[in-house]
Amino acid sequence: MSEALAELGRRALAVLGILGHSAAFFVELVRTAPRSLRRPYLTTVQVHAIGNRSLIIIAASGIAVGLVLALQGYITLSRYGATESLGLLVALALARELGPVITALLYAGGAGTSLTAEIGLMKAGEQLVAMEMMAVDPRIRVLAPRFVAGVISMPLLGAIFSAVGVMAAYVVGVWMIGIDAGAFWSQMQDGVDVIKDVGNGVVKTIVFGIATTFIALYIGYECEATPEGVALATTRTVVVSSLSVLFLDFILTALMFSTP
Amino acid sequence: MAQAREATGATGGDSLVSIQAVTFGYDSRVVLSDVSLDFARGKVIAIMGSSGCGKTTLLRLIGGVITPRAGQILFSGVPVDTADRAALYALRRRMGMLFQFGALFTDLSVFENVAYPLREHTQLSEQMIRDVVLMKLDAVGLRGAAALRIAAISGGMARRVALARAIALDPQIIMYDEPFTGLDPISLGVTANLIRHLNDATGATSLIVSHDVEECFRICDYAYLMSGGRVVARGTPQELRAAEDPGVRQFIRGEPDGPVRFQYPAAPIAQDLGVEA
Amino acid sequence: MSKKQIETLVGLFVLLGMLAIFFLALKAANLASFSFDTTYPLLARFDNVGGLKVGAPVKSAGVTVGRVASISFDNKSFQGMVTLQIDHGFQFPTDTSAKILTAGLLGDQYVGLDPGADEKNLQGGDTIKMTQSAVILENLIGQFLYNKAAEAPAKEGSGPK
Repeated sequence: MSEALAELGRRALAVLGILGHSAAFFVELVRTAPRSLRRPYLTTVQVHAIGNRSLIIIAASGIAVGLVLALQGYITLSRYGATESLGLLVALALARELGPVITALLYAGGAGTSLTAEIGLMKAGEQLVAMEMMAVDPRIRVLAPRFVAGVISMPLLGAIFSAVGVMAAYVVGVWMIGIDAGAFWSQMQDGVDVIKDVGNGVVKTIVFGIATTFIALYIGYECEATPEGVALATTRTVVVSSLSVLFLDFILTALMFSTP
Repeated sequence: MAQAREATGATGGDSLVSIQAVTFGYDSRVVLSDVSLDFARGKVIAIMGSSGCGKTTLLRLIGGVITPRAGQILFSGVPVDTADRAALYALRRRMGMLFQFGALFTDLSVFENVAYPLREHTQLSEQMIRDVVLMKLDAVGLRGAAALRIAAISGGMARRVALARAIALDPQIIMYDEPFTGLDPISLGVTANLIRHLNDATGATSLIVSHDVEECFRICDYAYLMSGGRVVARGTPQELRAAEDPGVRQFIRGEPDGPVRFQYPAAPIAQDLGVEA
Repeated sequence: MSKKQIETLVGLFVLLGMLAIFFLALKAANLASFSFDTTYPLLARFDNVGGLKVGAPVKSAGVTVGRVASISFDNKSFQGMVTLQIDHGFQFPTDTSAKILTAGLLGDQYVGLDPGADEKNLQGGDTIKMTQSAVILENLIGQFLYNKAAEAPAKEGSGPK
């Protein structure tokens, strides 16, 4: 019995230790980010690796979600004779919630894991120590550019997801089902607020971008320098990132969209 | 203390790097206890010992990657372990380190790897960088491989590229972490010759951490033998070959049994096999 | 991939992202009609503001001319006090009346302005004198039932004589 309690205590202390250590890591990341911008090419390469490579899956998912939202939304709205609000429904759902959250989850699974694996393997191959020995700070040259690139890429990807989703819903709603195009857009424009809906959605993607990129980099940096260690780390990145995104989404939604 | 002074005299010349009464360990495990070594300028010095005796830890201590619990490490008279980050980086620019498996940047080509320290720490023009890189690659015999990707070269070649990168800024000290491990005889000969040749040509100090006694003795001027976190023997290759300590003899000659027992401690074999003696 | 190519592709990616944001802002949201024109405030007191929310449109002849800026309770007159921000481009006579209307049958509520005939216009900070409160469903039902009950005895009276 006392053994179990001791174990619980050890685990709790370990978690606290990780929280503190990761917080220090985050502070260092933010601190070194501006300095890494002195070599913008480093960040550009990372935006290419993270953003451009995720573009296809994000766009494809956006189209798919937009299509499905339009179909499902139409079925429910036609019950109340409110099918002309389909555009509004899709736009709000995407801009406020689905755009940021799904993009973040896909990003964590794709770009996040590749970041973790890359940093972990660099650590395993002693590349980071080699850099240190050559008097080059790996935080500025390796970690910070990836962090900045992630924070830049996420909002762009999220916006692309939502925009593509709306367009896909238009195709389904207006061309396939036959809703009036004018009503589709006008109801949407009337009900979607730039600051409150689109703006908050962008804020969400920025927050998710910071969180997921930081988590991916930290787990990669701290993982065991073995093949098994790297494999474990990538799985952990997906799990921790996804849970964080969902949890942050809950908090942000409560802050942004609760009725006054 | 007396030991340290004696070592300085033995290696000749003043020491570039001086490790003084250093103790290092993790939590419960002590890796090095009260070790003192000196490395004179312009010499090739080997640090030998079986795995886990603390050899690689010494290199990391000299590079300032880890700090000792007690004692001091001086590089050209300046303490390494107490230096702030900027000063530490200034010291590191005068060091070159060759990691066991090269630690090359896998996303860059051979040329880009060697050019890396030049781009980071000098303001040389592209043309000059190109010339220096090709010269360094030529010194290790890989000038023709400049355009290859890291994934395309063999282990032995990777180590030579890493060596070219380590000497790119003409460091005062070149540290080799297990440079002979896992190489075929030809590559062994090439590497050993390179180490000696580079040392003599540039006047740098070379530190080799290895357990390959024969190759080390072929090229080094002085050697330290370590075991269990302590220095158990020091001297020129001739002195070490003539050593009388059984532990030293066993290591130098590669004898299978001696102070380091062949059999892991166990009960008598008759007991294990269930045969009544 | 060469440095130039990478930079071009990244530039394209950033451009795409910005286009998406602009698309959402302009086509999907109300940025196009989001005027940064200055507005002037008008006050209106209602007996019951119903379901009127801050940010609801203020319309006249069905066209949006402003927004509801704030709703508060006037403890002296025990009425709801609504502050409207009207675009500077629209002026209303001093005898304009304000009503709380509902968009569609079950939609959101908004403020409708019926212009009067006065020559002078309302200035910033003026109060709209004539207001009509929101229609409260319970009151409507109560009224309906009361009317029905009032009709019945009259009918009975004229029935079997």
